[in-house]
Amino acid sequence: MNAAIREQFPILHQEINGHPLVYLDNAASSQKPLAVIEAIERYYRWANANVHRGVHTLGSRATDAYEGAREKVARFLNARSASEIVFTRGTTTALNLVASSYARSVLREGDEIVLTPMEHHSNLIPWQQAAKACGATLKYIPLQEDGSISLEDVEKTVTSRTKIVTTAHVSNVLGVTNPVKEIAAIAHRVGAVMVVDGAQSAPHMKIDVQDLDCDFFAFSGHKMCGPTGIGALYGKLGLLESMEPIEFGGEMIDHVDLYDSTWKEVPWRFEGGTPIIAGAVGLAAAIDFLQEVGLDRILEHEKKLAAYAVSRLSEIEGISIYGPRDNRAGLVTFNLADIHPHDVATVLDSYGIAIRAGHHCCQPLMRWLKVSATARASFYLYNTEDEIDRLAEGLVRTKEYFDYAAG
Amino acid sequence: MQLDDLYRRVIMDHYKNPRNRGLFDDDAVNVDLNNPTCGDRITLQMKVKDGVVEAARFVGEGCSISMASASMMTDAIKGRTLYEAIQLADRFSALMQGEDAEFEYEDIEALSGVSKFPARIKCAMLAWNALRKGIVQVRQP
Repeated sequence: MNAAIREQFPILHQEINGHPLVYLDNAASSQKPLAVIEAIERYYRWANANVHRGVHTLGSRATDAYEGAREKVARFLNARSASEIVFTRGTTTALNLVASSYARSVLREGDEIVLTPMEHHSNLIPWQQAAKACGATLKYIPLQEDGSISLEDVEKTVTSRTKIVTTAHVSNVLGVTNPVKEIAAIAHRVGAVMVVDGAQSAPHMKIDVQDLDCDFFAFSGHKMCGPTGIGALYGKLGLLESMEPIEFGGEMIDHVDLYDSTWKEVPWRFEGGTPIIAGAVGLAAAIDFLQEVGLDRILEHEKKLAAYAVSRLSEIEGISIYGPRDNRAGLVTFNLADIHPHDVATVLDSYGIAIRAGHHCCQPLMRWLKVSATARASFYLYNTEDEIDRLAEGLVRTKEYFDYAAG
Repeated sequence: MQLDDLYRRVIMDHYKNPRNRGLFDDDAVNVDLNNPTCGDRITLQMKVKDGVVEAARFVGEGCSISMASASMMTDAIKGRTLYEAIQLADRFSALMQGEDAEFEYEDIEALSGVSKFPARIKCAMLAWNALRKGIVQVRQP
């Protein structure tokens, strides 16, 4: 990766508290390149109108832009067709759609949903609610000591009562990449569907939903250089066609009577109301941008940064690093001696370094790690080894500062 | 941004040597409160007799600001009526909004710097919000 990539991100070129910004909170949200900012601006300057109904030229431009974005997402995930792509507000909305529509229609009393303790709250609570509504139960694949899961445990946890298996593709805390293709195969053997939370994988690696053979795959645009408020759900066409919409209104109907109505075909039946058109346009531009750089190259760069960060941070006395040591995705979750992560994040911010501190929407995982909170540095294509050096220096200074302040 | 505005020595002293840490063995007003955005949590206990806080204790997990604030608060409300305790909580809220506020228990004023760190105000408020909840419990048993 080179300086030309950083040049594309105007926000990175500023000072925070008198220091050049080091943005290491990419797992929470990524920054946006000029190509995305300009695509959104161009849409509003040149094409804006409502979609799917205007006879006029702007209506066609907006519809073309929106449906073109859907085609782009389909190719990005290697879906069979654009009909398998539902635009959503993000990963949370996408997972809620599966849990509210698909899950509640198939789950019967005594059925099981299999998941892991490392799930983000957005891939946990929708299933809790669906289970409660249907009398189903949640079953957890146990974590290994380093936070990974073993296929043997998946085999043991999945039974003939299992209807849904779901997991994060990449953990937002541990940085492990779960073997979702193999897990999907185990799920399919008992006739269950496989739902993948791709929020932390789609921004960083090539996704091929046909190769993974997952049934649903959810991701967010804002973590992959796109705007907030847009994401997508991939679903196998037959499954989507079996699902009822959960939001009703304009755009999603076929025929409306006083007492009954019918729905449009998929995916539009799941997109009630005027959609996030400019968001979809921005997401399409983000996909172009990432593919131009090359997702393989991005993944390799981030893995290198993560390995470098683990080695630099390990040099600091009193540091605890969570998750597997090797082969981790581009993030490092840690604690520094007995200094609370909020205090760590505040001191780092005074040096212009942005990291995340807290439970990362993973309270059950925090309990498994036996901590109340952690600090996390997460990387993206524009981060550099120099920035990781700044992080390491910042952490040393944090320790010195706290020793001094506690006097 | 001046870190020393936030991490005053007196705050770090309360953090490293918290006052009133631990729980009562016998009955007391009990409040559990957590900060869902960050995972900080506190259990506050108060002994209240005839509308006066005789003693208060706490246990919890959190950053230096939230724990120091709890340490100070439990000291400051000792011997106060519930009405005075509410007034203290109000004055503390004003302090967090950047307003001038004086406290007989002067250590609290060291937390004034928190108002310049918007992301940390909720840390300092946790114990005080637990206090408000506890007072509501006493008044509406």
